[in-house]
Amino acid sequence: MTAPTTNPAKPATSIPALLKTAFVNALIALVLFSLMIGIRTEAGSSGQLTYWTRFGDLASIVAAVFGGSIVIELLRQWIGPTGAEKLVPPAVQSGISFIGRYLAPALLIFTLLVPVIFYNQRYILDLAILVLTYVMLGWGLNVVVGLAGLLDLGYVAFYAVGAYSYGLLATNFGWSFWICLPLAGILAAFWGVLLGFPVLRLRGDYLAIVTLAFGEIIRLVIINWQDLTGGPNGVSGIPRPSFFGIPLDNSDDGLAARLGIEYSPTHRIVFLFYLILALALLTNWATIRLRRLPIGRAWEALREDEVACRALGINTTTTKLTAFATGAMFGGFAGAFFATRQGFISPESFTFQESALVLAIVVLGGMGSQLGVALSALAMIGGFELFRSLEGYRMLVFGMAMVLIMIWRPRGLIGHRAPTVYLTKAKAISSDLVKEGHG
Amino acid sequence: MDYFAQQLINGLVLGSIYGLIAIGYTMVYGIVGMINFAHGDVFMIGGFIALITFLLLISTGLTAVPVILLIVLLVSMAITALYGWTIERIAYRPLRHSFRLAPMLSAIGMSFVLTNYSQVAQGARVKPIPPVITGGYTLHESADGFVIQLSNIQIIVVITTIVLLAIFTWLVSRTRLGRDMRACEQDQTMAALLGVDVDRTISMTFVIGAALAAVAGLMYLLYYGLVDFFMGFVAGIKAFTAAVLGGIGSLPGAMLGGLAIGLIETLWSAYFSVEYKDVAAFSILIVVLIFMPTGLLGRPEVEKV
Repeated sequence: MTAPTTNPAKPATSIPALLKTAFVNALIALVLFSLMIGIRTEAGSSGQLTYWTRFGDLASIVAAVFGGSIVIELLRQWIGPTGAEKLVPPAVQSGISFIGRYLAPALLIFTLLVPVIFYNQRYILDLAILVLTYVMLGWGLNVVVGLAGLLDLGYVAFYAVGAYSYGLLATNFGWSFWICLPLAGILAAFWGVLLGFPVLRLRGDYLAIVTLAFGEIIRLVIINWQDLTGGPNGVSGIPRPSFFGIPLDNSDDGLAARLGIEYSPTHRIVFLFYLILALALLTNWATIRLRRLPIGRAWEALREDEVACRALGINTTTTKLTAFATGAMFGGFAGAFFATRQGFISPESFTFQESALVLAIVVLGGMGSQLGVALSALAMIGGFELFRSLEGYRMLVFGMAMVLIMIWRPRGLIGHRAPTVYLTKAKAISSDLVKEGHG
Repeated sequence: MDYFAQQLINGLVLGSIYGLIAIGYTMVYGIVGMINFAHGDVFMIGGFIALITFLLLISTGLTAVPVILLIVLLVSMAITALYGWTIERIAYRPLRHSFRLAPMLSAIGMSFVLTNYSQVAQGARVKPIPPVITGGYTLHESADGFVIQLSNIQIIVVITTIVLLAIFTWLVSRTRLGRDMRACEQDQTMAALLGVDVDRTISMTFVIGAALAAVAGLMYLLYYGLVDFFMGFVAGIKAFTAAVLGGIGSLPGAMLGGLAIGLIETLWSAYFSVEYKDVAAFSILIVVLIFMPTGLLGRPEVEKV
């Protein structure tokens, strides 16, 4: 289907041509932004719309586009006609995946030591917990998208099911976190199977839209079923996790008092950190193990070719359902953790934006690559934090980054990965050889 | 019965707007084979540009409503079409031969960019305009006083949709561009070999889709009297649902799907509950797809081995 893209070496552009391109780009920018930036509207107190002009902003944006297109064009000539692909030479790429083998254990050791190194820096610990939550979600979704090749745009629904299961069971019945955690996983897996049934016959983009619709249905039901879920107000007063029954607080019963050390609120943060790390590692371990079992191989076979898979006698129904259920279960665990960490959940945390974020983490990391998912979660969530001060522009920058990274590396950061089965020696395979997301 | 008739009218009007957006999804899917996730946001941008043009025209003292409407229509179609063109160049053309998930993610990224761009540029609050087109007709008055009304704006929305659909069907079936589009839909490589400028055809597809979305944005603005930066997401999913429901890739299917979604949503709100109208629309999508995996008018998917 794909037409070959020939990229003939362009002759170096002359200065008038350069200026002409920049001028055309500036003109396009002028038309695009003329009304949206040049005129600002606002509804007054009586509901009447007023407007004022911002021609200064418009002029600076157009000027920036003019200058920017000259700079980009010059850079393109300097780097070479093929542009982006040559930015990272193959030697460096294979070097990265070679380092990858040692990077993973090093990263794990560093992660284990994070609470020791940054003991008194609450902000860094909170951020680390957030990153690990997304690593876990990414690894969970990786089972569905990366291994089984089923494109799921509603993954956050299972996160929501897990969070609400724990939140409601804990606040209504007072059950402990350690009873609710497996229950949250089971309930989420149940919903995964429920979603799995209608989509058994669907492929590709139809699958994508149904999962998206499913995610929205769950969110809308949570918003509107006020009696059960509290609607837009959410569930508050969700109990904090205990250290296997021993509360982590200031009381005489608390862990600090029992151990005879001075109480510090950081203890709970550190505990939460190791809790999510353990959950994430459990996800990782289970995924790696499952890949080697018949079921995991069936997932990968399904991803590569559904017709061949059926011809070989693999039951695609159970294969798809188990993939959805497994991915959903990990999402449910992460949701329960999220609920206990926040102490408050509301439908606002479970929007499509979250699903897209997790999917972006999986795809940008290089699908199927456990290390890649972890690194991209770190880069995305950490990078996201850098723009915290620019509240309004945060998602704008994030969206642009998504577009640019996809253009730069459509196969994700880690383009190579270890094969699941091999005869004598494991060779890294390029992800170009792997089919993904066909459903 | 009268109540039902009134809801039927409302549903068809809403469905026309969804149908106009759905055509953009269906065209891009038919030719490039990918979901244009940013299309709902293009609709939102179209609504904003229409709103600002209105404001500027009214402040110049122009009072002739048909003239205002015509200028707003042309300006918002032109600028939004340029948005469609630019989006294709930036986010989709470099990824056309990439693996499937890449253009989908860049489209999602583009959708975030557009949503937040309008939030930054125009603020997060809802922007209302005073009603431009007022009045209407009373079709029927029953004994107990219930009136079936057909407002002028409803007539305008439906007529605009029918006219655009006619123009567009003519464009696809009779013109050179339409023939190129159908050729690209069949096989891009073969079309290129036979002298079709594939890049240009795909660009034009985005341009036309965006222009139709701009019309939908204007109709939405006239009908509901407001725009806000987040309306693209919800309307976008609904329209996409409509396109899938009708059988993605099929133009009459997109219109039919749009009308179906509009009717389902309106009738559900009228007889059951307003809160669950979106749940109903999405559930019916799932149910239809279980029994007809390629939508109402979709062609069966051929499995290439």
